Amino acid sequence: MCGTCGCGASQQEAVDAGNQQVLHLHQSLLAKNDRYAEQNRALFRHLLAINLLSSPGAGKTTLVQRLLGDRDLIAATSPLSQHQGPVKAGVIVGDLATDRDAERLRQTGAPVVQITTGTLCHLEADMVARAAQALTLADLNLLIIENVGNLVCPAAYDLGEDLRLVLMSVTEGEDKPLKYPTMFKSAHAVIISKIDLAEVVGFKRAEALHYLHLIAPQALVFELSATTGEGLASFYAYLEQAIFQCHRKVSSVQAS
Amino acid sequence: MHEVSLMQAALAIALDHAKAQGTHKIHALELHVGMQSGVVPEALAFAFDIVSAGTAAQGAELRLETIPTRCYCPHCQHDFQPADWVYECPTCHGISTDVRQGQDLELASLEVS
Repeated sequence: MCGTCGCGASQQEAVDAGNQQVLHLHQSLLAKNDRYAEQNRALFRHLLAINLLSSPGAGKTTLVQRLLGDRDLIAATSPLSQHQGPVKAGVIVGDLATDRDAERLRQTGAPVVQITTGTLCHLEADMVARAAQALTLADLNLLIIENVGNLVCPAAYDLGEDLRLVLMSVTEGEDKPLKYPTMFKSAHAVIISKIDLAEVVGFKRAEALHYLHLIAPQALVFELSATTGEGLASFYAYLEQAIFQCHRKVSSVQAS
Repeated sequence: MHEVSLMQAALAIALDHAKAQGTHKIHALELHVGMQSGVVPEALAFAFDIVSAGTAAQGAELRLETIPTRCYCPHCQHDFQPADWVYECPTCHGISTDVRQGQDLELASLEVS
C-alpha cells in the first residue's frame, strides 16, 4: 500500500497499465510555499511575526498606523521593557497596486517595505522572504505583514508567521465568519475593528461573537477602534506578551 | 482566484515527475482537494485548461477527489465528520478545533506514457 491513500501501490511506484504508467505522488501543492515559510520562520525566530488579514477596507492599515504611532507606549510597563526595551516594529505591506499604504505607514518613522503583487490576490512566502531582505531584521522585535485585502486566497499560504490576526469591521456585518470559514478557522485572534461605529451601523455584537464561537472557537477576540483608541490596551497587552515569549524562547536557546 | 497559482504548482510537480520517468505525455492527473482547503474544484478545473495548454499535460483528464473534513472530539475521544462548517461533535455538541483531515491539497497520482 502507498501508505497515504491506501491505493495499493507503493509511493513513487510505477504500475504498468499497457504502456501507460501510474505514478503515485501524494505531493502537496503548497510544498514549495511551505518550504519558504519554514525558512522565513527561522529568519524570524527572534521576533514576533504577524500575518494581518481582512477584506479590503476593514482597517488593517489604520490599525498598523496607530500601533506604530503608539509603539513607545507599548511595553512601557510590561516585562518586555525590562528585557528588551520598547517595541521595534517593521512592516511588510502587500497590495495589488500602488504604494499608498507604505507611504502612510512610513510617516510613523518605522521601516516599511511594499510588495506590489500585480494581479496576485495574496502574498506567498517567497515574496515575503525577498521583501524581508530590505529590513534589518536583527533590529526588530515585531514584524507585521499586512496581507492583500482578501478573506479567501491568503488563508492557504503560510508566510512563516507566528500569529495570524484576522480583522472584521463592524461595518461589514456580523456574519463574516460564516461566509469565510476557512480564513476565520486559521486565526489565532480575531479583531473586531471600527467599534466606534458599531451603534451607527446597528452592529449586533452578541450575534457576531456567537458566529465567531461557532466557526473559530480557537481564536481570541479583541474589539477595538484604531481611531478612538477604545479597546487597544488589551490588544497591546496581548502583543507585548507574544513579543516577550519570542524573546524568551530565543534567550533560552542561546543560554543552553 | 489563487486556484491558478495552485494549478501551476500542480502542473510543475507533474511535469517534473513525468520527465524524471522518461515519459512524454500526461494522460491524467488526480488531485485530492480537502473540504477545508479553501479551494473551489470548478476553479481548479478551469485553471487547468489554461495552464496546461502547450505542455505535455494538454488535454489530460483532471480528476478531482474531494476529501471530507474529519475532526477529533477530545471530550468523547472519537473522530467525526462535521455536517457543515461548524465542527460540532454529534455526541456531546462541543465544538472541535482539532481537524484531522480535510485541509490537504495534493497531487495524488499521474498517468503517463
